[in-house]
Formats: sequence, C-alpha cells, structure tokens
Amino acid sequence: MSEIEVRNLHFSYTKGQEVLAGITLDLNLRPTAIIGQNGAGKTTFVKLLKGLLKPTEGDIFVKGYNTKEKSVAFLARYMGLVFQNPNDQIFKSKLIDEVMFGPLNIGQDEKTAKRNSLEALDLVGLRNRINENPYDLSLSDRKLVSIASILAMDTDIVVFDEPTIAQDYRGKEKIKDIIRYLKDKGKLVITIIHDMDFVAETFERVIVFNRGKVLLDGDTRFVYSYRDKLRTASLEQPYVMQLAQKLHIGTPLLTVDEFTDWFNKR
Amino acid sequence: MFFMKIITVEHLKYKYPLSDKLALDDISFEIEQGEFIGIIGQNGAGKSTLCQALVGLVPNFYKGSYGGTVLVNGINVSKTEVSEVASHVGLVFQNPFNQITGSKLTVYEEVAFGLENLGLPVEEMKRRIDNVLNLLGLYEFRDKNPFDLSGGQMQRLAIAGIIAMQPEVIVLDEPTSQLDPQGSEEVFRVVQRLSEQGMTIVMAEHKMEKIAAYSDRVMLLHDGKLIDFDIPKKVFSREDIEEYGVITPVYTRICKNLDIKDENGFYPITIDEAHERLEKIL
Repeated sequence: MSEIEVRNLHFSYTKGQEVLAGITLDLNLRPTAIIGQNGAGKTTFVKLLKGLLKPTEGDIFVKGYNTKEKSVAFLARYMGLVFQNPNDQIFKSKLIDEVMFGPLNIGQDEKTAKRNSLEALDLVGLRNRINENPYDLSLSDRKLVSIASILAMDTDIVVFDEPTIAQDYRGKEKIKDIIRYLKDKGKLVITIIHDMDFVAETFERVIVFNRGKVLLDGDTRFVYSYRDKLRTASLEQPYVMQLAQKLHIGTPLLTVDEFTDWFNKR
Repeated sequence: MFFMKIITVEHLKYKYPLSDKLALDDISFEIEQGEFIGIIGQNGAGKSTLCQALVGLVPNFYKGSYGGTVLVNGINVSKTEVSEVASHVGLVFQNPFNQITGSKLTVYEEVAFGLENLGLPVEEMKRRIDNVLNLLGLYEFRDKNPFDLSGGQMQRLAIAGIIAMQPEVIVLDEPTSQLDPQGSEEVFRVVQRLSEQGMTIVMAEHKMEKIAAYSDRVMLLHDGKLIDFDIPKKVFSREDIEEYGVITPVYTRICKNLDIKDENGFYPITIDEAHERLEKIL
C-alpha cells in the first residue's frame, strides 16, 4: 500500500469548471515536488489530500483511509499541511502555544507535545523566541513558525505549500535540511514550489501539474529534461540545466556542484 | 544626456518602536530617474524597512525614531502626508494578501480603487485598467473576486494596482515570490519596460539570477547598513559577499568554482556571459 493513492480524481469549485480533471497517482516515500503554473490546481490538490475538500469524482486514500469517509480531524493524525500564507495558519499570541496547539489537538499528551514543539522550534532555529508573539516576527520567521507547528505534530506525511516564500539563502538551506531530516525519519514529504533550482537540489520526484492534469511525473532529472513540455506549463528548467543545454553538454546537469564536477572531469 | 536625481537619501537612520537596534543605520544614496535598482541582503538586513521608508510608511505609519531625509521627486516623504506621497511613489507589498483592499468584489474594481483615490476621469481609468490587466495577464480574471485568485494571480494584481497609478517611482518588495517561473520572468520584463519608459524601479528580491540580469545597480544591505551600491557585476564579484548571507547567481557560482573571470576581473553573472566564457574553453 502506498502512503497516498489518488484514483481518477476530479474536482470543481463551480459546476462545469473543473480545477482537477482526472488525476491518478501514488505517493510513496520519495520527497516529491509538485510544480506547475499559478492556478494549475496545486493548492487545491493538497487541500484534497488533507480532506479539507472532497473529490467531486474519484477517490483519495491516505494510509488506506478514503478521505471522503473520514473527518479532517481524523486525517490530521496522519498528515500535516503547512499553509502558503502563514497568516492563515497562525492564531495564538505566544509562539510556544501556537506550535503546541496542533500536537495537543491530535491527542499528544502535554509532555510529548511540549517536547515535540521544542524540538521543532530547534529545527527551524526559533527555540530562543518561544515567548514572543508570532505576529511580531517577520514574514519569513512566521513561515518558519507555521512549519514548526506542523513538524511538532509528528505526522507520517508532511505537505508544504510554498515553503521557501520570503526565505533568504540561509532560510532556504534550513528548509532543505528539514526536508532531508524528515526523509531520514521515514516520512513522506510533498511540496508545492516554484523554485526550480531548489527542487533540483532537494527532491527526488517531480510531478508537473498543468490545467488540472498531470503533464509529467518521474525522477527529477527525467522530468527536467523535457524543456518544451515544461514551457507549456509556464515552467523553466533549473538555471544550471539551461546553461548546460546552451553549451550543448549531453549530460543533464542539475546543480552547481554537478556542473563543476563534470567540467573538472571532462 | 541629463540625468535627474529622483531619489536622494541622506543619513537615514530608523528604529522601530520597542526595538533597541537601528533597522536602518546611516544610509545615504542617490538614484537617477529611470534606473532599475535591486536591493539584496539577508532577511533582517533592512530591505523591507528601506522600501517602507521610500514611501513614508516608515516613520509615518510605523512611528519609531527617525533621522535623516528621504527626498523623492523633490518631496520630503517623512514630512508629507502618505496620501500625497502615494501619487509620486507606489509600493508593492511583500505579502499580496496585505495589499488587497477587501472592499472591492472584482479584480477590475480592485485596480480601480487606487485610481478613484486619484480622482481620475472614468474614461482614463478604464483605459489604464484594461491596459494594466492585459500587461499582467489578468484580463480574463477581471470579474473574479480578488480573494478567489491563486497566490500568484493575487501577487500580479497587487502589482497591477500600483502600475495603473503611474507613479514616478515604484518600489517592489519581493514581488515575484509566489509566481511560477514564466510569470516571474514576465513581471521582470514588464518592470524593465516601465523603467525604459522613464519610471524608476526599486526592487527588493532574493532571485539573484533575475537581479543580475535586469537591474542597473544593486544595493547590498546588511544589519541596516549600506555595504555596497554598484553595478551587479561588481557587487556579485565581491569575495566576501557570502558573509552577508547572500548567494550569488548560479552562473557566478559555477564560474567562481572554475576560476573564470572577464578581462576586468569580474565573474560572469548571467547565462549569456557564462555561456560566452565557457564556450571558449569547451
């Protein structure tokens, strides 16, 4: 059984206007990036995985449970979603209360919730600010608070909607480390993201959404080699790959390190 | 050719209320009309605060202690009503959710909001709104509720609302963070076109490849201080740039690893420059 099974998924907010038009795929333990143009249905898709929306046709099974038959509260034990806009998620006036809310809510006892929350805040680098009001933090730090809140719930599946928004270089490195850490802990990480180079450096599998359907799905290097198909979905290859192609280098190089190694060994 | 100084900042110092640290620490610079300026630096360096200071929200909205002067098009922004400043310089917020008024039911009316406040004739408003919606690929969504847009569409709407007002200066605080790659490229192209038409652009951004390709000069901030303000090539070739929490464009990093410089001792910063150098070697 896969962690998540999506079968012939259709969804529309307004009758006759399909946002998702027949998606079938399995999500396993490989860190997976979902990319696609604005309005392609990516956020809608993860809301459906989380059970916040229900399919108009087809089914989604999370850990074997059909999302149509289970409550959002039940599914929350298995899957955490970090919202695109942290302001939609944050509502407590103290950072530690904010992060502990989720774990307590899915039934962790006070002690476990506290331990998990402190650990999560450590991971995002905000442990020394637990008594502050989240709304006094910058947008990038608030995004890290929203990430910590989900990590503290210790769910098997973690979904990020645009985790690198407002992050600088160090913030992005931190998020990269968190994704690797979650992978090592045996968790499924799914991320919606527009930063192609970040994807190239961090994710093993890439799924391209286009007009409510899956355009490409496979290993990162494989998906990124389809330049023209990516363009039809308003996407681009990672910068390193663009340079390699312009130089007619036959090897699909994804990262700065790969390029440097290739050059030195040629 | 005569270049007019449109922004002059002298010894700008600023501290947020309740903070004991200067968010902007003695910053001075001049910007000429029609320049495209990129602001880079790690989070907390003062990029957003400087953006807010250029439109007078710092100090007039945020309060706090303020010193020095910011002149935009001859007006001293800290001593002028925000509404008066708004007709000269527009700010696109970092988070588009904060910019959407919430008082308008359609994308079309949302763009009209700023224009209504300027008191423009209806025909002129319609012309500008149609133009800007087309420019940013939003025309097909004109009857939608702004809050039903995706994150990226909303970000383009926030930009459209400001461009429609045709201020002399546009300040953009990470305006493409939620856009897909082509959408983000389009915004840079639109903004570049505006700067070629004489509008002055100041943009805080983390996408270094884009800043390298599009900006005339780059401002490097760190800890509230202005570290450097020069052509992108010079700034991205600084050996100490990573100490400021800034990563250089992918092309620069590759060339630096391979020790490839141009005749002036600078690293290539764009795909074309890197291509040109590497092609000769390969």
